[in-house]
Amino acid sequence: MNQTKKTFSIKGMHCASCVMILERSLKKVEGVSGATVNLATEKATVTYDPAIVTDAKLSSAVSNVGYQALVNEEIKTEDEEQKEKQKELKSLRFKVIVSLILGGLVLWGGFPGLMKTAPMILQNFWVQLILATPVQFWAGFGFYRATLSALKHRTANMDTLVAIGTTVAYIYSAVVTILPELVTKIGIEPMPYFDTAAVIIGLILLGRYFEAKAKAGTSEAIKKLIGLQAKTARVLRDGKEIDLPINEVIIGDIIRVRPGEKIPVDGIIESGESSIDESMITGESMPVDKVKGDVVVGATMNKTGTFTFKTTKVGGETMLAQIIKLVQEAQGSKAPIQRLADLVSSYFVPVVLMLAFVTFAVWYNWGPAPSLLFALLNTVAVLIIACPCAMGLATPTAIMVGTGKGAEHGILIKDAESLETAHKINTIIFDKTGTLTKGTPEVTDIIPIESIGKDELLKLAGSIEKGSEHSLAEAIVKAAEEKQFVLSKVEKFQAIPGHGVEGIVDGKRVVFGNKRLMDKENISIGTAGDKISEMENSGKTVMMIGIENKLVGLIAVADIIKESAKEGLLALQKLGIEVAMITGDNQRTANAIGHILGINRILAEVLPDQKEAEVRKIQAEGKVVAMVGDGINDAPALAAADVGIAMGSGTDVAIEAADITLINKDLRSVAAAVVLSKKTMRTIRLNLVWAFGYNVILIPVAMGALYPLFGLLLNPIFASVAMATSSVSVVANSLLLKRKKII
Amino acid sequence: MSLDKIIVTLASILGIAFTYWFFLGKKEKEIQVSDSVDIVVEGGYTPEVISIPKNKTTKINFIRKDSNSCLEEVILGDFKIKKYLPMDQKVTIELTPKKTGEFTYSCAMNMYHGKIIVK
Repeated sequence: MNQTKKTFSIKGMHCASCVMILERSLKKVEGVSGATVNLATEKATVTYDPAIVTDAKLSSAVSNVGYQALVNEEIKTEDEEQKEKQKELKSLRFKVIVSLILGGLVLWGGFPGLMKTAPMILQNFWVQLILATPVQFWAGFGFYRATLSALKHRTANMDTLVAIGTTVAYIYSAVVTILPELVTKIGIEPMPYFDTAAVIIGLILLGRYFEAKAKAGTSEAIKKLIGLQAKTARVLRDGKEIDLPINEVIIGDIIRVRPGEKIPVDGIIESGESSIDESMITGESMPVDKVKGDVVVGATMNKTGTFTFKTTKVGGETMLAQIIKLVQEAQGSKAPIQRLADLVSSYFVPVVLMLAFVTFAVWYNWGPAPSLLFALLNTVAVLIIACPCAMGLATPTAIMVGTGKGAEHGILIKDAESLETAHKINTIIFDKTGTLTKGTPEVTDIIPIESIGKDELLKLAGSIEKGSEHSLAEAIVKAAEEKQFVLSKVEKFQAIPGHGVEGIVDGKRVVFGNKRLMDKENISIGTAGDKISEMENSGKTVMMIGIENKLVGLIAVADIIKESAKEGLLALQKLGIEVAMITGDNQRTANAIGHILGINRILAEVLPDQKEAEVRKIQAEGKVVAMVGDGINDAPALAAADVGIAMGSGTDVAIEAADITLINKDLRSVAAAVVLSKKTMRTIRLNLVWAFGYNVILIPVAMGALYPLFGLLLNPIFASVAMATSSVSVVANSLLLKRKKII
Repeated sequence: MSLDKIIVTLASILGIAFTYWFFLGKKEKEIQVSDSVDIVVEGGYTPEVISIPKNKTTKINFIRKDSNSCLEEVILGDFKIKKYLPMDQKVTIELTPKKTGEFTYSCAMNMYHGKIIVK
């Protein structure tokens, strides 16, 4: 009995009992010998006899129990697709070799100047006919088939032009060979042009071969990303370690990772610690140290330690899967600049066909003798030289390489339109907290004033702040805990909103807060005033601590500026882009940070819901604005900006809100994204200028525009060389983008 | 002007007129689709123009019968979809359009075109 296996997705599954129901129902189908259903992957694998079982039967077995089977879903893997492409490429190469050898022999025997060196047999017209025929109808079969099927749709394409052009040359030559007296009668020397037909087919196929090879390079980034995926995971189940294929891992599984191993899926470390190389995802080359509770990302590489982690995301939910999806979507999207090429290419081939008629009529009527021959050869040249493919390839190949290159550097671009708009940006607004700064305040200065030690001061502040919920309190408690101080007990704790806190510590009344609190408590600042102003002017928040109505010390807290901020902003300013900062902080703190970073335009005291309006205000000045934020709190502002750039947290890619997501949190990537956009657009423009220019200049040359002045005509064989080179050079130019430096 | 020249001129003019009528003067026939549609990829897309409803998922099954490498990928740029079409295999694309309008799609080289009208 013939057996076949099929895997298909099932929709509507939500529990383990679904698995049983489905397996039972599928096994009941006559001819099915086995059925396994996987809840995690939502896929069924069925072994059956194809002579008895049809897709419809499988599908109804699934729908009868209340689910939906996607039996015909595409389940081809990237590998299979690759194999098929390789097969096609191999057959194309064989055709190229055969047609170039045969075409070369015909050329040797038939081309003026060369033919004298050729053996007599090759100069025989009948031998040339025999050699050229397989090239025309076997190697060139694809052109005919494509032409016929296109004609059925009343459309014409590149193949139509090649088929008509070479057929004209071939038929004329065949007539000259079989019935030479026919052309002699009208005063033309019987000379065939088999070489033209055969060599053109060989060269155009060669061009297609190179083009296919080069095109494979444009989608390399996706292949690389898919290749990052781990194949198996070492899962701990029922106290045992088992190696499972990645698609059988489910959420909640505990997975062990040893040194040098790839982390299979996303999760949170349960035990152990290690240093992890995340460069393949974030583009950041420094390994990151991770401990219990930290998030690990699938496809990254564990370097030194052994740890276990709990799976939080599998399958299509993992970060890698999301990145792949995003890049694939971007590569399939259309850039606005392509619209012109779209419009032109829809009229292109019919217009070239009409020009071919014009060429024939003009040369026949007004051309030199033998006018029929001139008319024929120039018509063939026009048909052959026209190259609509270069126009079609100009934009998409550059977009593919550009978005792929971005992904390699941790810059995820949502679509081609975002990539195109990014090159026009002239103002970038940065959100302060969490974007320019780390977003978590840290203690920067501890200044004792009375006879009290630094440690004692921090311990006291930590003790009294322990009960506070203020975000600054968190920084102080954390700093005290890091020093492993045993915090004192606080009695009569009270938070005074907008001022600070108070309480009794070790029997003494302690107050901790801002200047307002000190005023309220009648505590004199004294000479500390200068120090306080100095720290506040550099963007720090200063808090004062008083014991029994006497100021004993100052503690300053600040949100630390990211290391990459200064360099990142400088790079943008060098690109001629104005940088602005938006924040809810007061003007003084905001100015201080702006001063450190060299930002002149400061939008301070802006509430979260006003950020969008601020973006629109700057847009109203006629600026093309990009907004950089964390993508979570400032989603409306990101959406309002011409280009919304989200600094991803490295684990939670805020893809939806942003046009560009920077997964590496490195602020230099903002400039890199702009540079990438500029370089991609330059490549696209160059490609389009080349593709349009090529056709606009060479089609008239092929028609004979240079003949009246210079007596110059384009040999159809050279026309085919130009045609083949033109589309290859567009793809090659796009591939050059890969080598450009963006960071 | 000799007879042969007159014939060649007339034939060329007729040729141009025919080319214009044949390729550029065709009327598009629109097929209304409610759930799913099979589009045969052979020298173009049959049916070439389909109309689908807004906010509803429609399955579009591409079946490529043409070995021309131009047609090996289909690009629905407005929906950000690019799919490789293996020979003689059904490749299903699910669309749930959120806005109405006319959206063209094409092969990877932008030589063959089809249109999706969302109503």
